[in-house]
Amino acid sequence: MKVLIVGGGKPLYFLCRNFTAKGYEVVIINRNKNECVQLARQLRAVVVCGDGSDAQVLKEAGALGADAVLAITPNDQDNLIICQLASLKFGVPRAVALANDPDNAEVFEKLGVSAFSTTHIVGSLIEQRASLEQIINLLPVGEGLVNVTEIVLDAGSPVAGKVLKDIDLPDNALIAVVIRDNQPIVPRGANDLRAGDRLVLITLPENHGTVLKSFTGESR
Amino acid sequence: MKHDRYIVIVGCGRVGSQLANQLSREGNSVVVIDRDEGTFNNLSSDFSGFRVDGDAAHLAVLQDAGLKKAEVLIATTHEDNVNLMVAQVAHRIFRVPHVLARVFDPRREEVYAQLGIKTICPTSVAVGIFLRAVADGPAARQGELS
Repeated sequence: MKVLIVGGGKPLYFLCRNFTAKGYEVVIINRNKNECVQLARQLRAVVVCGDGSDAQVLKEAGALGADAVLAITPNDQDNLIICQLASLKFGVPRAVALANDPDNAEVFEKLGVSAFSTTHIVGSLIEQRASLEQIINLLPVGEGLVNVTEIVLDAGSPVAGKVLKDIDLPDNALIAVVIRDNQPIVPRGANDLRAGDRLVLITLPENHGTVLKSFTGESR
Repeated sequence: MKHDRYIVIVGCGRVGSQLANQLSREGNSVVVIDRDEGTFNNLSSDFSGFRVDGDAAHLAVLQDAGLKKAEVLIATTHEDNVNLMVAQVAHRIFRVPHVLARVFDPRREEVYAQLGIKTICPTSVAVGIFLRAVADGPAARQGELS
């Protein structure tokens, strides 16, 4: 897998380190000469110094054979143009832009560019984590469209002692795994839930709150 | 040509401000957007339009400028990418009927033509004029001046 990342700063550094550790071939494009020198020293990646929204620079960085382009500069306009050039001119199958202004995430999608907003993701993460104490883990997947949540049932839970088929779950929610005494069980309708069980839930952001409430009984 | 249109101009530098002054003088309702408030000094005293201080790459700023009811948008900032983004947002999201973007880099022009964005490239325009002047030779040029 060959990935082009345009941007700088810590997000780029750690993203790149993560990718190279997975064995991806990474090319970095950065405008700042000094930062390029630093990055080239610190990372196992090819560093191209230049403007990523310039077709010539993208070409030099090997956009033609790239599997993905990530544009994470602090300027939304640059991120949009980089991704459009990558897909229109170089046929890169996956181009993803960071929307610094959260409103632009939707704008970019409408203009045909996949986008994500860290403000959205971090914001909803903090909200969801802060809202309930029994949540051990929350992981947004599919660009934040799906949540995977781990919770512990306490004795006060309205579902403790119930059989799964008697629990009224909202649409688009699932108890994926029940962990009891360190044994994971993929539950079926006849399985029961007990206090102390750890559940792995699949929810969507829109029903996340309702689903959690039905398990923990908290009215928040 | 109609002279009572709602026109939004992004960028109030030399080009943007001259356009704004002229179009406002002709009787159009003009809104100028620039993220540097100081550039509004380029507007003439008889400019009767509105000034919006903000970054046009932010959706909220374009909404403030009333893009929904705009008939014309001209993007004239010194950053190609800002112009191209604003032009696309105006065209595709706010459905502004007439959108023009200034783009300095001729290589960008072709890609955006594909997206249906009308661009004006000062670089190509200047090159064309120079080439024509050179082709006409010094005699013609002198003739023109005298």
